[in-house]
Amino acid sequence: MKKLLQHLGKYFILLNKVFSMPEKRSVFINQLSQEFKKIGIDSIGIVTIISFFIGAVVSIQTAYNFESPLYPKYLIGFATRESLILEFCPTMLCLILAGKVGSNMASQIGSMRVSEQIDALEIMGVNSATFLILPKIVASLLFFPCLIILSIAIGLVGGWVGCQNTGITTASYLYGIKIDFNPFYVTYCLIKTTFFAFIISSVSSYFGYYTNGGALEVGTASTRAVVYSSIIILLFNFLLTDLLLA
Amino acid sequence: MIEIKEISKSFSENLVLDNVSHLFERGKTNLIIGESGSGKTTLLRSLIGLNEIDSGQVLFDGRDFHNLNIKEKRKLRQEIGMLFQKGALYDYMTVEENILFPLTMFTEQENEEKIYRVNECLKRVNLINSNKLFPSELSGGMTKRVSIARAIVMNPKYLLCDEPNSGLDPKTAIIIDNLIQEITIESNITTIVNTHDMNSVMEIGERIAYLFKGKLSWQGTKEELMNTENKELNDFVFASKLFKRLKK
Repeated sequence: MKKLLQHLGKYFILLNKVFSMPEKRSVFINQLSQEFKKIGIDSIGIVTIISFFIGAVVSIQTAYNFESPLYPKYLIGFATRESLILEFCPTMLCLILAGKVGSNMASQIGSMRVSEQIDALEIMGVNSATFLILPKIVASLLFFPCLIILSIAIGLVGGWVGCQNTGITTASYLYGIKIDFNPFYVTYCLIKTTFFAFIISSVSSYFGYYTNGGALEVGTASTRAVVYSSIIILLFNFLLTDLLLA
Repeated sequence: MIEIKEISKSFSENLVLDNVSHLFERGKTNLIIGESGSGKTTLLRSLIGLNEIDSGQVLFDGRDFHNLNIKEKRKLRQEIGMLFQKGALYDYMTVEENILFPLTMFTEQENEEKIYRVNECLKRVNLINSNKLFPSELSGGMTKRVSIARAIVMNPKYLLCDEPNSGLDPKTAIIIDNLIQEITIESNITTIVNTHDMNSVMEIGERIAYLFKGKLSWQGTKEELMNTENKELNDFVFASKLFKRLKK
């Protein structure tokens, strides 16, 4: 318990250090564009592949469970859409991004720490936390929602491909994904994604920033970043769902 | 000049620096020597706030570093150049970008002016035409020289060097030592070099402070060092057969 409180304290102290004005706007914008590439553009491939197959599997499983002639066929499209928007895209994708982006952030900052590059920044008079972590958090907050929207779209295409062998027509699948659409679900999905983006970038940066030791500790920090980000994501998933949907 | 007054620092129960006081003079190469684990690196890091001290004062020309607020500390740090043990070059930047970085962060100079200054510093450390190399493409000596170039690019008032020639061959080590001493004299800055290399001590040591188990055990010049009666210092300095023979 004491250790948890210590971590929490250090985490909020770090956040306080992170959220201050960058020394130079042009340098910050340059850093931000690099992070957009690393966090966003470089993740499009994996997001596309995972979303497509998740969408396909969800529609096949839904069709398998809705075999009764009493259920209308369009329900497969409807259930695929709801599953993707409410849970699979925001939560599962963010858990995967915690592994890809989070571990990358922790190991990058961690190796800078152990090779004294962060100390060198501090000696120059640069706020290392703002310089290194703020662009990552801002890029994540701005790009993760775009990735999740893309993921939903690709997932729905995957769902359509998946249901081709289940006897459902394209028309009823399309009817299913349009019927009874509640726009608030997209808002809910984006709210969750924004929270998760913040958790992934800040928690991973925290573990990287406080790495102490050598290459082995960088690996440990990277693993911890993924584990803790995932646990916190799942906790917030429950809390936000309870707050927004219950 | 940098003056430290009764500095103490401990990690958990372990007292690493015990009431250390010393004056590092301007325009001179001030050396801190001592065995591994004697507290040299902790002292150097404590001077600039990379380690928080438990008690004492660090005065940079009268300004008490640990009493300054965060903004004032950052401002003061812009007057300090530091050469780290492993160079601490940003590995995703080229040599030129590494040296350019402090100028980009803290000056409003035109790009041509900045590049001119970078080339000036690279020339000073005898590394012309290596602007576009990445740190991974540099040898140990080159890394140290780029690191020195980065440390002096903002014309610092204070230059701190943590074991500048560790891992270097004796010839390159002497080149680095002499470079540090020349820059100190040319720019009339306060230089502190942390080392356990006796060749460095003999080459550039003007004012020497000897740390033993976290305490300042001796201070003086290299001439005085050769005739010291301090037992621990004698054991440290004349540990090698070569130096024993030299003393005889």
